[in-house]
Amino acid sequence: MRRFILIAVPYLWLVALFLIPFVIVLKISLSDVALARPPYMPQLDFAAGWSGLVSFFAELDFDNFWFLTTDDLYWKAYLSSLQIALVSTVLTLIVGYPIAYAMARAAPEWRPTLLMLVILPFWTSFLIRVYAWMGILANEGLLNQFLLWLGVINTPLTILNTNTAVYIGIVYTYLPFMILPIYSALERMDDSLLEAAEDLGCSRLSAFWLVTIPLSKNGIIAGCFLVFIPVIGEFVIPSLLGGSGTLMIGKVLWEEFFSNRDWPVASAVAVILLLILVIPIILFQRNEQKQREAEG
Amino acid sequence: MSQTVFAPWNDPDEKPLIQFRNVTKRFGDFIAIDNLTQDIYAKEFFALLGPSGCGKTTMMRMLAGFEAPTKGQIFIAGQDMARIPPNKRAVNMMFQSYALFPHLSVWDNIAFGLKREGKDKDAIAARVDEMLRLTRLSKFAKRKPHQISGGQRQRVALARSLAKAPKLLLLDEPLGALDKKLRQDTQFELMDIQEKTGTTFVIVTHDQEEAMTVASRVAVMDEGQIIQVATPAQIYEAPNSVYVADFIGDVNIISGRAKPNGEKVAIHWAEGQPDIIGTTATKFEAGQEIHFAIRPEKVAISTEEPADAANKTKGKVLDIAYLGNISTYHVELPTGHVVKAQTANTRRLSRRVITWEDPVWVSWTDTAGVLLER
Ligand SMILES: Nc1ncnc2c1ncn2[C@@H]1O[C@H](COP(=O)(O)OP(=O)(O)OP(=O)(O)O)[C@@H](O)[C@H]1O
Ligand SMILES: [Mg+2]
Repeated sequence: MRRFILIAVPYLWLVALFLIPFVIVLKISLSDVALARPPYMPQLDFAAGWSGLVSFFAELDFDNFWFLTTDDLYWKAYLSSLQIALVSTVLTLIVGYPIAYAMARAAPEWRPTLLMLVILPFWTSFLIRVYAWMGILANEGLLNQFLLWLGVINTPLTILNTNTAVYIGIVYTYLPFMILPIYSALERMDDSLLEAAEDLGCSRLSAFWLVTIPLSKNGIIAGCFLVFIPVIGEFVIPSLLGGSGTLMIGKVLWEEFFSNRDWPVASAVAVILLLILVIPIILFQRNEQKQREAEG
Repeated sequence: MSQTVFAPWNDPDEKPLIQFRNVTKRFGDFIAIDNLTQDIYAKEFFALLGPSGCGKTTMMRMLAGFEAPTKGQIFIAGQDMARIPPNKRAVNMMFQSYALFPHLSVWDNIAFGLKREGKDKDAIAARVDEMLRLTRLSKFAKRKPHQISGGQRQRVALARSLAKAPKLLLLDEPLGALDKKLRQDTQFELMDIQEKTGTTFVIVTHDQEEAMTVASRVAVMDEGQIIQVATPAQIYEAPNSVYVADFIGDVNIISGRAKPNGEKVAIHWAEGQPDIIGTTATKFEAGQEIHFAIRPEKVAISTEEPADAANKTKGKVLDIAYLGNISTYHVELPTGHVVKAQTANTRRLSRRVITWEDPVWVSWTDTAGVLLER
């Protein structure tokens, strides 16, 4: 009984905060848009009893999902989101790995401080940090002023409202999610393994490829998923830093929801997004599982 | 033709394979190796023995290239090693912590060094299989290091370091985790490998018996210095100091004042006791402090007074340690000294004639012990 309660509590939590909202979103995605409040039909009317329930289910349909296939905006947005997520994951890895590596190689008494510095940005509002990037990347922004002052460029670079700005924003925001798992994998690594590799004829570089990289593999995979999964649905960064050319599904979703007030289509977009994300999430869980088994 | 004894260290024409020249290694303020000079010759089986923290691993690591001497030079085959990285040295090391690659199978761990040499696949496979057979690991080839036992891991580490057949092999406590039987088998295996390949071995061990069995020479270390280097027999029979005598095997130490008398030295060690008579080649001054060291098996024990022993004294049995094949008697002398005497158990236990509290005589000849200055 006690065990049952212990298990029941987290499950209730999951049901209340994940399953029920998902069911609601799913239901809305199967409804039709209406000029009403809330702006969709049908509404579940408990007073009508069984017949009300039957007519309610009879009115649900897949029209909204069908609609998504008729306008190529949607699948282009999905593809573009995937592409941006993929590219920025790779960029974050390229930037994050050396940082994690340097942290793991630093003197042990420095490591807590360095870790702190990585986490520190989380202490201020995410929105403020993105606005700060607008100030930095704008045509009259800090970066352009600095480069003009250095004389590297003569005319200001257009960075803000392009995909470049989106990539900069994403890499900056998600970097800690890449660094932390890689750091924890590297920090656990025994230095004598590198010595053994060198002893057996490896150069420093090949020891890195043959020992360090494989041993941090799980950290790399975890970091990539932690960046890739949320970036697909990212909305704030592309809408603040990106331009009209930046197509991301999060932005589309927002517009459907707030500009068009078409909740059913917006919900359908969200459901598809979730289905797309299920695959990487399952892969991510698999990786975590495998890692636990290897350690246990 | 008589077989020549293997003793290159006695041959002035022989070039040493390894030369430590006034090597000092400091970690911060701490001196791990203290002005050490030592030659090790090709095809030697050189054992380093010493208490924990005396610098054995540090010496190995300097040979392998993971630590640079703070002062002094190390030569291998006449070449100064100062600028040679570990991967460019014909040296392989078996790590005290094994350092097996956790992401690779046993097979791939052993093959790791061979692959770096760019050998062809068949040659690598043949060599790895040979190593697996040698270390009796064939059954575990596909397992990962975390799926095998501690002793098996140690054997993988050994196999991996042997695989490349290096000129110089450094083994840091290679057999510590093995049971006695397997350890002895592996010791003979190592000696066999050494004979076949002519590889030079430097081995660290905490097991004296192991050092005695396998080594051509044994170096006893203390606090970053080598106290004595000699063949196992010499180290045992002719230690140069109380430290070495005490470190290797069991020993009785009696300290006193020297009274030289030609070839012989009498040691005055306690009031009312006859002086101990010993033989020595070293000169002792009269009245100089002197330590007499004698192994328990060279001390005879009897219930009757021995007729013609150079040294004899009476005491009382304090304790008996029965070790199966031998028994060690702890005999307390009237002066309070405790002397250990060892006898082979040729009779069954029930018929042992000497027992606790018995008054006994302990005796030894005048050549049985060694006289030490320090
Ligand atoms: N990297 C290091 N930094 C500081 N001190 C060190 C370092 N490596 C070794 N030492 C010190 O040097 C001394 C010798 O160490 P070493 O590992 O050579 O001992 P050892 O003889 O191999 O001991 P054991 O038998 O326990 O393996 C020890 O006191 C150790 O604390
Ligand atoms: Mg050691």
